[in-house]
Amino acid sequence: MKPTLKNKSAITNISRFRELGLLVFIIVLSVLVQLRNPNFLSIENINDMLRNTAILSILAIGMMLVIITRGIDLSIGSTLALSGMISALSVSANPEMHPVVAIMIGMAIGLMCGSIIGLLISKGKLPPIIASLGMMNAYRGLTFIISGGRWVSAHQMPASFKNIATSSILGINTLFFLAIVIYVIFFYFVNYTRTGRQIYAVGSNPESAMVSGINIDKILWLVYTIMGTLAGLCGVLWVSKFASAQGDTAMGYELSVIAACVLGGVSISGGSGKVSGVIIGSLLFGMLDNALPMINVSPFWQQAIQGVVILVAVIVNAIVKQRVQRKNLMRRKV
Amino acid sequence: MAHQNNDNKILKLKNFFFQWEWVLVLLFIAINIINASISPYYSNISGLLDATMTFLDKAFIVLPMVFVIILGDIDVSVSSIVALSSVIMAVSYNDLHLPMELAMILCLIVGTLCGLLNGLLIVKFKELSAVIVTVSTQIIYRGIAYIILKDQASGNFPQWFSFLGWGYVGRIPFIIIVFAICAVIFSLLLHKTTFGRYVYAMGNNITASRFSGIQVDKIKIIVFTLTGFMSGVTALFLTSRMGSTRPNIALGYELDVIAMVVLGGVSTSGGKGKMIGAIISAFLIGMLRYGLGLVNLPSQTILVIIGLLLVFSVMIPNVRLTIKKATKQNLAMANDKSD
Repeated sequence: MKPTLKNKSAITNISRFRELGLLVFIIVLSVLVQLRNPNFLSIENINDMLRNTAILSILAIGMMLVIITRGIDLSIGSTLALSGMISALSVSANPEMHPVVAIMIGMAIGLMCGSIIGLLISKGKLPPIIASLGMMNAYRGLTFIISGGRWVSAHQMPASFKNIATSSILGINTLFFLAIVIYVIFFYFVNYTRTGRQIYAVGSNPESAMVSGINIDKILWLVYTIMGTLAGLCGVLWVSKFASAQGDTAMGYELSVIAACVLGGVSISGGSGKVSGVIIGSLLFGMLDNALPMINVSPFWQQAIQGVVILVAVIVNAIVKQRVQRKNLMRRKV
Repeated sequence: MAHQNNDNKILKLKNFFFQWEWVLVLLFIAINIINASISPYYSNISGLLDATMTFLDKAFIVLPMVFVIILGDIDVSVSSIVALSSVIMAVSYNDLHLPMELAMILCLIVGTLCGLLNGLLIVKFKELSAVIVTVSTQIIYRGIAYIILKDQASGNFPQWFSFLGWGYVGRIPFIIIVFAICAVIFSLLLHKTTFGRYVYAMGNNITASRFSGIQVDKIKIIVFTLTGFMSGVTALFLTSRMGSTRPNIALGYELDVIAMVVLGGVSTSGGKGKMIGAIISAFLIGMLRYGLGLVNLPSQTILVIIGLLLVFSVMIPNVRLTIKKATKQNLAMANDKSD
């Protein structure tokens, strides 16, 4: 009896090893960077890092839901740009507008964008990659058309709007505060609500989910709509943070978001992924972004280094999974 | 008997004409007519031939991408492979002073190696989908291109190199001739060889293919390597047309290429599609871009149109299928009741 118990604990260790490993990696990395540049772990820089990671991690949580259902959403960069642009335009037209209204506008646009993609995927039976690829082009084009190719720059935005990103709530930066609120909501949502659990069910086995009476179309539509809404929120935050809305805002950002998810242990074949993992994954990604320039890595090396890190993380994940499966098989044999 | 034969013939004819490829041909004709009617400069043979030069470089990747998508996979790293091989060619000519011929061969080799690496990673780690592998190699390849060339441009190629992108043989652009040859080779490879049949088989059911003795891994690696090689070819023609190269060359090509293939009726769930459809749709999108550009439609509007075209072209057959299924179910239910 004893050996099986031992085996079991080894397996749980391996699956836990992922997040722990990432944490250890983060700590080692920050110590190394700190040794090279003592400014790295200063309060100011940590604040900066958390602010940068906030947007990425909010998007990554939405993307996690999408990937859990075996989907992918390539359109979020464009959705982000479109909703950021529209809210920036409306703010610059009515400078008295309350920032919360601007955020609402952005989220509403994002919700619409997301629900269109969700409908295409659930009702139109389009493969997610095609639906989001097509709408990515469409939304990006719309952003350019609506703005007439012009930027909305800092002096056109009222101070109240730009303050969204720099102000603080309860002593915490607003961006980071919002991110924490979203972590908590989604942690509760995916772990303790029926719909949240149904998302996992749809991802791990669509056939049995359907047989057990889950409305798959509704779940699919829901995850893309949530993704779009979060992208809309991030659009406003992004524009406020950089104080400019451009046609090519966040172009290619979807890849970083997907990478953060994968780093955080969300399995691209669906059915598994944790909020905590995604947060750590985004943190690591944000840290790489911040740390590489601080230790004087040429900006031209950054992209390649990020790519290698992602690939290694993905491969390690695959190897661990292989091992776990083999162990499971062995156990069954015994 | 004769009657039945006749019916069969009609059915065959019907099947022949009710193919996606014919819809594409009709669309293509329609686009040309619309283009010709809104711009007086459109219907002009030499202008049209020149127009093909602007999009055919992409079309080289369409050919192997058909194989990739029939396998049920996808390769989004092609644009970065184009950038990397183009940058390496430019650097080895300008900075390492290799002869241009050698640099061109190097360009093709780099493309092939990148494709091979994709294939090896995908085959070696079966848990990883091709999407995630090629997303990461996409970042890496373009990252290497940035490391090599920083944010500079590199040009100064010999005079004769521009022949690839701008040259004519008689009155026909050189690129069309090369593309036609490649298209014939790839069509034969897909439709007339056992290799092509294996690719279809794998797209339909990879497990069954493995058990029936097809060397699944080998074929996958070959397909991805071919994609890398053709990306190298694209790099040659694109660099020649541009006259110089930069690390951000060919940005977003993968989306154009995938759009062309999918619009061409190749199913992303694998196992279905024809080479000719993808080739027609490459011309269709190219001509659409050219025509809309002639009437001064901004390129962003074209982006919207192409995005929507992609979505609807894939959705229409799907919706037809669901309607068919639903009516069949209704019929069956009606039959049950009458029993």
